[in-house]
Amino acid sequence: MTIAEAPAPPPEAVDDEPIVEVAAATPEFERAAAKAESRRGFLIALPAYGYLVLFFAIPLVIVAIYSFGTRNRFGDTELSGWNLDAYRKLTEPLLRDILFRSLWLAILTTVICLVVAYPFAYFLATRTPTIRNIMLVFVMIPFWSNFLVRNFAWRVILGTDGPLSTATSAVGLGDTRILFTPTAVVLGLVYGFLPFMILPLYAAIERIDLGLVEASRDLYASGWQTFRRVLLPLSMPGVIAGSILVFIPSLGAYVTPEILGGAKSTLLGSYIVTQFLTARNWPVGASLSFTLTVIMLFATILYFRKGGRTL
Amino acid sequence: MSDSTARPRGKTKWLLSANAVAVYLFFYAPIILLFVFSFSDNRNVGTWGGFTLGWYRDFADNEPIQDAIWVSLRVAFITTVVSVVLGTMAALALERFKFRGQRVFDALLYLPIIIPDVTMAVMMLLFFSQGLDIVNGLFGTQAGKGLTTITLSHIAFCISFVSVVVRARLNGMDDRLEEAALDLYATRWKTFRHVTLPLIAPGVAGGALLALTLSLDDVVVTQFAAGPGSTTLPVYVFGLIRRGVTPLINAVSVVMLAASILLVLLSVLLQRRGDNAPAAPAVPAGEQPSVNTINQ
Amino acid sequence: MRTTRRRAIQLAAIPLSLALVASACGSDDDSSSSGGDTSGTDVSGTSGGDSGGDMDTAECAVDEVDGDLALFNWAEYIDPDQLQEFADEYGISATMDVYDSNEAMLPQIQAGNSGYDVIVPSDYMVSIMTAGEFIQPLNQDAIPNLANLATEFQGLPYDPDNTYSVPYQAGTTGLAVDTEVVGTDFPRSWSIVFDPEFADQFGGQISLLNDPRETLGAALKYLGYSLNTTSQEELDQARDLVSSASGNLAAFNTDSADELLTSGETAIAHGFSGDMFTQILETDEGTDRYVYFVPEEGGTRWIDNMAIPFDAPHPCTAHTFINWLMDGEQGAALANWNYYTTPNEAAKPFLDEDLLAFLEDPTVITSGEESLELIVDTGDFEINYSDAFIEAKG
Repeated sequence: MTIAEAPAPPPEAVDDEPIVEVAAATPEFERAAAKAESRRGFLIALPAYGYLVLFFAIPLVIVAIYSFGTRNRFGDTELSGWNLDAYRKLTEPLLRDILFRSLWLAILTTVICLVVAYPFAYFLATRTPTIRNIMLVFVMIPFWSNFLVRNFAWRVILGTDGPLSTATSAVGLGDTRILFTPTAVVLGLVYGFLPFMILPLYAAIERIDLGLVEASRDLYASGWQTFRRVLLPLSMPGVIAGSILVFIPSLGAYVTPEILGGAKSTLLGSYIVTQFLTARNWPVGASLSFTLTVIMLFATILYFRKGGRTL
Repeated sequence: MSDSTARPRGKTKWLLSANAVAVYLFFYAPIILLFVFSFSDNRNVGTWGGFTLGWYRDFADNEPIQDAIWVSLRVAFITTVVSVVLGTMAALALERFKFRGQRVFDALLYLPIIIPDVTMAVMMLLFFSQGLDIVNGLFGTQAGKGLTTITLSHIAFCISFVSVVVRARLNGMDDRLEEAALDLYATRWKTFRHVTLPLIAPGVAGGALLALTLSLDDVVVTQFAAGPGSTTLPVYVFGLIRRGVTPLINAVSVVMLAASILLVLLSVLLQRRGDNAPAAPAVPAGEQPSVNTINQ
Repeated sequence: MRTTRRRAIQLAAIPLSLALVASACGSDDDSSSSGGDTSGTDVSGTSGGDSGGDMDTAECAVDEVDGDLALFNWAEYIDPDQLQEFADEYGISATMDVYDSNEAMLPQIQAGNSGYDVIVPSDYMVSIMTAGEFIQPLNQDAIPNLANLATEFQGLPYDPDNTYSVPYQAGTTGLAVDTEVVGTDFPRSWSIVFDPEFADQFGGQISLLNDPRETLGAALKYLGYSLNTTSQEELDQARDLVSSASGNLAAFNTDSADELLTSGETAIAHGFSGDMFTQILETDEGTDRYVYFVPEEGGTRWIDNMAIPFDAPHPCTAHTFINWLMDGEQGAALANWNYYTTPNEAAKPFLDEDLLAFLEDPTVITSGEESLELIVDTGDFEINYSDAFIEAKG
C-alpha cells in the first residue's frame, strides 16, 4: 500500500485547533512511550508464553528431573538418590557413533532440501498470486495423507520388484534395489521434510521486492550473481528458518529410517525411543533428550547470531 | 510484472520449471501409488490383484476408522486455529517489540521444535497423568486423558512452527508502512488488520498449513496423550502395521485427499467470486510493496 | 510493574513444577514413583515388591457389569464384531484402542488414569506389572470359565495361579522360508541365518526381528545357551553372531516381516507364528510354497494375557469380559479370527481346519515343546540386552 493510497487525515485537523496535543519529545515522554511499547509487546506475547510455560516448560522440567533418577529392577524410575549415571552413559563410544551417523544424515538431508527447495520457492514466488496459492496448497496436500502410509508407499516404490526397479530395467539400467540402503533413508527424509523448507523459503522470497532483482539484472549482473548478491542475502531469514525446521527433526527421525532403512544401524531417534520404551530406561532417555535439547538450543542461538539476527 | 526481468526466462525459466515439475512428481509419486493400489484386490499393498472397489466399501462400513478420522479432524481444526492465533501473536511480539524476557521467550518458542518427538510424548504423558490427578483431587471430577489432552499437546508444538514461519516473513520486513499508517491516525488494531496482516498473510497461511499438517499426522505424542476412545487416524494406522497395512488404508487416504482437494478448489472458486465483486479501494490484500520503497 | 508481572509468571512456574514432582515422588516409598502411587492404591511393599501387595480383588458377581468396557489391545487381535457381540449381550458399549508393543502400553498404565478396563500384556510384562502393582488381582469367583484353561497353559511361571492374568492367545517365534528361492532342502536350524556358509547365498534377502530379546535370543539358542541368560559372556557371543549376520540382512523388521516375505523382498523371515501363518494362507501358493518352523535348537514361546489395570474404572465389566472370552465358542471365534494358538480347552472342538492342521503339525516345532522357552524379564540385566542389540547393529 503506497502512501498515496493511505486514508487522508481527518478534516478537522486542518482547523486551527489540533485534535491531538503534540507532546514535547522530552526524555520522560520518550521513556514512557518506550515502556508502553514494551508492555504492549509483552502482553501480546503473553498468551503464547503462558501456554508454553504451562504445557511445555513444566513437563520439560519433570523430564529433566527424571534424568537424574535411576532405573530399578523393574524398569521403573526411582527419583530418590539423584545421580548423574544417566549422563555418564552418554559418554560411551556407542553414543558417539550414533551421534555422528545421525548428524551426517541430518546435514545431508538439510542441504539437499535447501538445494531443491530454493529454486522451487523462487519459481513459486514469481507466479501470479492465484497460481501461487494453488501451487502452494498442492505442495501440502500429499502430506494430508497419512505419514506411515506414505512411507510404506515408498517402500513399495523402492522395492526389488517395485515400480522404480521395473522402470530402470525397462530403460536398460538393470534393476535397482534402493530399499533398505542409506540412500532410501535420505530419500525418505528429504521427502518428508521438503515442505518444511519450502514454506519458510517461499514466505521470505515472496516478500522480497523483485524490483531489486530487476535492478540487478538491469545493471548487467548475471543470474548467478543476482542470486548470490541480492536474492540470497535478502532471503536469508527463510533459509535459516527452513534449515532449522529440517535439520532438527531429521536429527531425531526414527520412523522413516526404520521403514525405509531396515533399522540396520541405530540413529539418535531410535536410540531415544528404545531407551524410553524397549529398555524402559527413562533416566537415560531423559538425559539424552535433555542434553540434545540444550545443545541444539545453543546451536540455534549461535546460528541466528551468525545470520545477523537477534536472539 | 509479466515483463519484469525478475521473472525467469530462457534457459533459467526452463530449468526452474523443470525443477518445479520434478518436485511435484516427487511429491505425488507415492500418492499415485496409493491411488492405484487402493483398487487392488490383494491384501498386500504392492502386489496387484485385479481391480476392485471392495476397499472403499470396507471403509464405508468400518466404524473405528471413521471415528478415528473424525477425531483427527476435530483436533486438527482446533489446533490450527489456536496455534495460528497464538503463534502469530508470538511472532509479532518478538519481531516488532522489545521487552524484558524476550530472549527467554524466544528460546522457549524454539524448544518444541528442537525436542525429540518421543521425549515430548513422555513429557506430556507424565504431565497430564499427574495434572489430572491434581485436578480430579481438587474438583472431584473424573476427567481422563482424551481429546482435550491431545489437542493441548498439539497446540504446544504447533505454536512454535507457526511462529517460525511467520517470523521468517516478518523479519527484515519494512515496518515503515506500519509507522506510516500510525502516523496517519490509524489505531493499532486498524494498522494490524489493514496493513500488517495482509503483508504477513502468506506467512500466516503457510503457518496454518503447517500446523494443520503436523496435527493431522502426529503419532507418538498423540499416542501418549490419548485416552480411551480418542484414537486418531495416524495412531490407528500405526497400530495396524503389526497386522499389515492393507489397501483399506490406501482407500482411506485417497478419500481424505480427494476431500482436501475439493475443499481447496472450492475455496479458490469462492475467492474468484470475491475478486470479481467491486473491491474496497484502499486496502489491497497480499500485494507486494511497490517499487517506490526502493527510493526511500 | 511489568517486571513484576513477568517475574510472577516465571516464579509461579517453579513451585508449580515442584508440586507436580513432589506428587510424583509420592509420600512414602521409592519404587514405582512414576506416578502410579498417586491414584489411590496402597503401595506399601518394599522396593523389589513381591507379588500380592495390599490390593484387594474387586467385589464382583458372575456376569456383573458396572459400566462400559474400554479394551486396550494389540491391533487386529480381536474381531470388532465379536467385541460388539459382547457389548450387545450385556447392554453396554465396548471400545478398543490399540498399542503396538508392551513397552508402549506400560507407561500409559503406569502413569495412572489411563481409563482402560482390560489390557493384554505378554508373559514377561505380566511379571513386571505384577511387581509394580499396575494390575489388580483377579476375583476368580467372577471368572468360572477359568476352568476351561488347557492344562498346558496352567501353572505358568509368570503367574502360576492366575492371580493376575488369564491367557488370551499364544504362539511361537521362528523362521518362515520361501521354498521357491531357498529350495526345500535346508536345515531346520537357526544356522540358515547365522551360518555364513548358508546365509551368504541369500545376502540381502533375510530379515530378523527388530527386538533385542527375540533376536539375541535366537542367537543364544543357536549357541546352545538359554535365551534368558544373565551371563555377559554368553550375551557378547550372541551379539557378535548377530553382528556378523547383519551383513546378510535386508532389514531388522518386526511389523512387516511377513509381508516382506510374501512380497518377495526377503526369502527368510524371522517372525511370529500367527502373523506368518495368516500371511502365508493369503498367498495363492500358501503352505506349498512357504514353510514356518521353530528351529531345532529351540526358540521362543510366548503367551499374551488379559489383565485388569489397578485403577480400571469398571472392574466388574472387565471380569465379565474375561470370563466371556474364556467360553468355548467365544475362544474359538477369537482364534479363528486371528489364527493364533488358543489356551482354551473348550474352544478346541470349534477351531477351523486350517488352524488345527497348522497347530497339530509336528514338524512345525522341530525339536518339540521342550526346546521352547518363555521370555523372562531379567531385571537389571535387561539394559545389557538392549545395549548389546544396538552394538550388534553397528
